[in-house]
Parts: sequence; C-alpha cells; structure tokens
Amino acid sequence: MSAVAVPVDRAALAWAALATVMDLEVLVVLLVELGIAREAWLAEDGAVEVLLTPTYSGCPATELIEQQARAAVEAAVSGPVRVLTQRAPAWTTDWISAEGRRKLREYGIAPPGPVELPTAGMGHAVIRFMPRAVTVTCPHCDSPDTERLSAFGSTACKALYRCRACREPFEHFKPI
Amino acid sequence: MTTPSITVSSDPQLQYLLRLADTCLIHAQRLAEWCGHAPVLEEDIALTNLSLDLIGQSRALYSHAATVEQRLTGVVRDEDAYAFLREERDYRNPTLVELPLRRGISGPAEDFAGTVLRNLLVATLLKQVWEALSAPGGTADAELAAIAAKSLKEARYHQQHSADWVVRLGDGTEESARRLRDALQRQWPYVAELFESDATDAAAAAAGLGPRMADLRAAWEAEIGEVFTAAGLTRPKSTPFRSTGRQGVHSEHMGFLLAEMQSLQRAYPGGVW
Repeated sequence: MSAVAVPVDRAALAWAALATVMDLEVLVVLLVELGIAREAWLAEDGAVEVLLTPTYSGCPATELIEQQARAAVEAAVSGPVRVLTQRAPAWTTDWISAEGRRKLREYGIAPPGPVELPTAGMGHAVIRFMPRAVTVTCPHCDSPDTERLSAFGSTACKALYRCRACREPFEHFKPI
Repeated sequence: MTTPSITVSSDPQLQYLLRLADTCLIHAQRLAEWCGHAPVLEEDIALTNLSLDLIGQSRALYSHAATVEQRLTGVVRDEDAYAFLREERDYRNPTLVELPLRRGISGPAEDFAGTVLRNLLVATLLKQVWEALSAPGGTADAELAAIAAKSLKEARYHQQHSADWVVRLGDGTEESARRLRDALQRQWPYVAELFESDATDAAAAAAGLGPRMADLRAAWEAEIGEVFTAAGLTRPKSTPFRSTGRQGVHSEHMGFLLAEMQSLQRAYPGGVW
C-alpha cells in the first residue's frame, strides 16, 4: 500500500495565496483588505475558483489585478484556476477593513469615511461644492482642519486634499 | 486594409442595452477631447476621470450585450466589436452627447460652461436610469442590475461635481452666467429626445428589462430644476425640434467622431493593448 495521501485543502491554499496579493497603486494594502478579493472555493470540476469584485467601472488596474491574483493562486495550488469577476453586490469603500484603513493612513492617504447614501433626490438641499458631512482628517498630523483641492485625483478612487494645519497636501480615498 | 463593419441584431432588448452603452461611450469620447485643454488642472483631471468612469460603464454594458446577442443569434462578439466596428446608423446614443465639445467640424464648439452643463444634463439622466435599474424589481436582468448598482455610485459623484460647477458659473460673474445661459439655449432643444418613448423602450419595459425613458423625466426635471434655481437659470421653453440619435439618425458631427474613434481598430484589426 502506498503512502496515505494527506488531503490538501486547495481552496484554503488558494485563499492564503490570494491574501498575499498587494494592490497595484497603494503598495502596502492587500486586495483582501480593500475588499476586492472576496472568496476562493473548489468548483465541481475540481478547478479552484477565486472571486474578485471590481472597484470603479473605469479603473485601469482591473485587468492587471486579475492577472496578479491568478498568478499568485496558480503558484500556490495545483490544477486549473479560474478567476471570476462579480459586480453584485457592488463594491463599496465600507468593505475596506480596519487594517486596510490603518495602512492607507500610514501611507499618507486619508481613508474613506462611512458611505452615506442620500435618501431621495439630490440628497442635499443647496448644491454648492458638495457639502461634506464627514470631516477628512489629515493623515500626516491628524488635524481635522482640511480642505478639498480637487474632487478627482491621480486615480479613479481618490480626491486631492490639503491640510490647513501642517500645510501638507494629501490624497483621500473617496467614500463610494 | 480595413476591418469590415458588423451588423447587430435588431432585438429590442439588445437595442435597449446598446442605447445605454452608446450614451456612455459617445459622451466619454467627447469629454476625452478636453484632455490637456481644461481651464485648470483640477478640472482637466475631473473631465478625464468622468470619461474613464463612463468608458468603464460602457465596457460592462457592451460585454453584457455580447452575451445577450450570443444567446439570441449564436454570434460571438466582444465589447470592442460594438464600440469600434458598427456603422454610424447602428449607434443609438441620443444626439445630445455626440455634439462637439472641444473639437467641432470647424473649431471649438462648446466652452467650459457648455461642457459642465452637458455633464449635468447627462449625469442626471444616467443617475435616474441606474437608480431605476438597481431598485428592487427594477429589471429582470441580474447582470444589468449589477452594472446599474455600480454605475449609480459613479453617476451620483458626476452629478454633484457638474452641479457644483453649474451653480458656480450661473451664480458667478456676468460673463460666466451669460456663457451658461447661451449653452443652455443651444443644448435644451436636444433634451426632448432623451425622454421620448418608442417601440424599443416599450418592448424593454414590457419584458421587464428596464424603465421607459419617459417615466424618468419627472425625477430628472425635479433635480435639474433644483440646480437651475440655485444657478439662477431659467428652464427654456420647449421647441418642436426633435433630434433622432436614439433611432440611429445622427447629426453631421457623428461621422467625424466615429472616424477618429474607430480609425485605429479599423486600420489594425483586432488590435489590443
């Protein structure tokens, strides 16, 4: 009798490998911490399937993130690997973990506040430069005295801010 | 060598999807003309980011349309085939989004005021569409509902940003207010088409695919009215003019836009990044 094969949980191995993949833009945060990598399981045909969710519709990194996730999982498990992309439920910055938020701040990006959806209509009475209910705190000096310089930033997910206390500019991960 | 054009199925559900996808893509193509030309850097980044979101939305819709068409006819296509290989008559965007912004046939067509106004009109429309489609029971098509839920978050941000600018210009200097008023006079005649119902709309609604555009008008008017009031703009009177882009009959500007947008894919068939 040959040696007893130790059962290998390929889904768990795949998930462990997936959990090491960094984001492409913010090189300290993991895909798992951003809520982009959702799940890994064993399909009926024996293939390992991993589930990703896109962030912004137009994010140019979507395909590369998929490639890197696939490469990491393929290196860790034997047999075929399929990367599935699923839009529903729609990704929200609320899925960024506490650890992900801590790393963003440390990296110099103010993490997003909680997403507050308007109940009806425009969601605010007078439309003058996007009233912001949540204060964006400076990731450098923690001052709440900040102002927005630009509603859009260097990537689809960020806006540009400036701290009025320490005068440093910084990026803010937009709540969406 | 050039790539031959494709002819797509006239199935109303497919056409309904293509109308949405074409609206996003053609609007995005016009916005991209601003790249490197906006009055300030922040708005250059904003206009191209809006464009990027819209291209992403159109890609999702075209990919979904490919699945639907394959189910209908067995023909296999990808998103690029719809975006780059159709003839002008097969694009189903409303005429409003194809009118030149930066690059008209003989020079610039709209200024920055006209651009932010167009953005407000279109973002508010798309927001209504995505809201209706992502509401419970809004569509029988699960993939379309998923695309809508994601796009809604983006459309909301686009609407807020453009509304901010419309108010800023309308309630700004005499010159900025005049430019915004002039832009509104130019663009308003094209608004009627956005909400016209026809056989495609009716069939999509009957099949549970999505709302008739006419059903979105009241909510659109309410939100636009709110911004116009804050901006000191008066809603122009309706005119008998009707544009017909959603029927495939476009303005004289569309051919030039497509020539530029399609040239690479036509010259290098199947070219990818």
